[in-house]
Amino acid sequence: MSDQSHALIATAYSAPFAAIAGVPAQAHPFPPAQRKLPKLAPGRLPTGAILFGPVALVVLWELASVTGWLSPKFLAAPSTALFTGFELLQSGTLAEHFLASARRAYLGLGIGVAIGLLLALASGLSRIGEASIDGLVQIKRAIPTLALIPLAILWLGIGEAMKVALIASSVFVPIYINTHAALRGIDIRHVELARSVGLTRGAFLREVALPGALPGFFTGLRLAVTTCWTALVVLEQINTSQGIGYLMNRARDYGQTDIIVVGLAIYAVLGLGSDFAVRLWERKALSYRKALAS
Amino acid sequence: MNASAHPLRLPQPDALAVSLRDVTRRFSGRSVLGPLSLDFAAGEFVALIGRSGSGKSTLLRAIAGLDDGVEGEGRLTVPADRSVLFQDSRLLPWKTVLQNVVFGLHAEGSDERGKRALADVGLAGREAAWPNALSGGEQQRVALARSLVRQPRLLLADEPFGALDALTRIRMHDLLFRLIRQHRPTVLLVTHDVDEAIKLADRVLVMDEGRIVVDRPVSLAHPRAKDAGFDVLRGELLAALGVTDTI
Repeated sequence: MSDQSHALIATAYSAPFAAIAGVPAQAHPFPPAQRKLPKLAPGRLPTGAILFGPVALVVLWELASVTGWLSPKFLAAPSTALFTGFELLQSGTLAEHFLASARRAYLGLGIGVAIGLLLALASGLSRIGEASIDGLVQIKRAIPTLALIPLAILWLGIGEAMKVALIASSVFVPIYINTHAALRGIDIRHVELARSVGLTRGAFLREVALPGALPGFFTGLRLAVTTCWTALVVLEQINTSQGIGYLMNRARDYGQTDIIVVGLAIYAVLGLGSDFAVRLWERKALSYRKALAS
Repeated sequence: MNASAHPLRLPQPDALAVSLRDVTRRFSGRSVLGPLSLDFAAGEFVALIGRSGSGKSTLLRAIAGLDDGVEGEGRLTVPADRSVLFQDSRLLPWKTVLQNVVFGLHAEGSDERGKRALADVGLAGREAAWPNALSGGEQQRVALARSLVRQPRLLLADEPFGALDALTRIRMHDLLFRLIRQHRPTVLLVTHDVDEAIKLADRVLVMDEGRIVVDRPVSLAHPRAKDAGFDVLRGELLAALGVTDTI
C-alpha cells in the first residue's frame, strides 16, 4: 500500500520535473509545484495592450447606446459621433474650426516656449536673473491661468490676442520650471571637469550647461503641448465664431451630444499626438541615452 | 617634512614642476592641510597615499586649482598646462567618445590627436560610441586619453583606478605606466593602494592629518615584481599608515 502511494507520488512529480531537468523526481525532496517562486511584480504589457481599456469603454458605450440604455440626449453613441465627424469633415466645417484652434494653440505654444526658455536661461545661469525672475514665476505658477481671464480681457480685449497671450502664459510655466531645475541641477563634477580643461564661459554654456538641461526642457515641453490645448478649451468659449471649443459650445445650445463627442475626440487625439511627436523628437535629440538601456 | 629634507633629491629650480610653500587649507576653521612645503621635479612620478580624510585629495585639489572657496594660505607654483584624472571618468554623456577626448581643445588637428590618443589606450574604432555604451574600464581609458591628449606638464590623478575591478586595475597600471613613459609629464597619483604606489611611483609620500609623514624615493627597477625589496617598502609604508599586514 505504502509502496504504491509512493510510486503514485513519484510519477506525479516526475512528469513535469523530468521534462525540465531529465532527472528522476525521487532525487529531489520537493515537489516541483512548490519550488516555483511566486511572481511578485506584474510582467511587462505586450505592445498595444494599453489600448484594451479605451477599446473596452467604447464597446460598452456603443452597446449601452444600441440597447437604448444610454439616451442620445445624454450622450451620443460612438458610431453616431463617428458618422457626424465624417459629415463635418466632408463639408469642410471641421477643417475650418480645427485650423482656427490649432493656430491659437500652436501660436500660444511657440510664444510660451520661447518666453519660458529665455526666462529659464536668464534665471538658471545668473544669480541676478534668478533673484529677479524665479520668485515671480513661482507666484505666477500658483495663480490658475483661468483666473487671469478677467484682467486679460480688460487689457487685450476679447479677441485673438487675449487668447494667445493666455495660452502662452500657461505654457511658459512648465517650460520654465523644468528647464530652470535642470540648469540649476547641473552636475558639479561636470563643472569641475570644464574648469580643469580650461573651458570659457561661453563654451561651458554651449557644451555642458545647455546639453545637460535638454532633458529637463523636453519634460517641460511634453507638459506644455498638452497644457496649450487644455487652456484653449476654456478660452474658446469666449467670443469666438471659430474653433473646436466654439463648435462644442454651439452644440451644447442645440443639445447635439454627437458634435460634443467629436470635439472631445479631437482634443484627445491632438493631446496624445502632440505628446507622441515630442517624445519622438526627444528620443532623437537624447539618443545618447539609449545606450543606458542596453 | 618636505622635499628639501632629501639633499640628494633637491631639484634645480628650472627643473621644478610643482612648488608649494607653507600651504594650508581649512574647512570651517578646522585645519585639514599643512602647513606644507613640497617640490616635485619635472617628470617625477609621485604617489600620495594616506587614510581617508588624511588630506590627500585636498592637496591634489589645491594643486589642481579646483578648491576656490576653501580657506587657506600659502604659495603654489604649478604649471598652467595640467590635467586632472578623476576617480570617475566624468565623460559627458551627450558627447561621443572622441568629442570627450578633445573636450575643450580647439587647435587644428585636435581630432587627429584625439584619435591617436584613443588608439594609445586601445580604443581605436570606438570614436563615435556614446560613453554610456562603454564599460567602466573603457570609460576610464577614455578619461586617460582625454588627460594625455593635452600633453600636460603635470598630470593629477585622484584615485583614478579606485572604482575599477582588480583585473582592469592591473591593466590600467601597465597602460598608465607605458603612456607616462612616452609623454613624461610630472605625475601626482593619489591612491589608497600601497601596492599601486610602489609599483608605479618614483617617490611615495604618506600623508596623515594634513602633513607629509613619509617622503621616500622608490629605487626598485621596473618592472617591479613583488620581491623582497618591494615587501620591505610595503611594510614600511603600511606601518606609516598604522596598518600591520599579518597575512
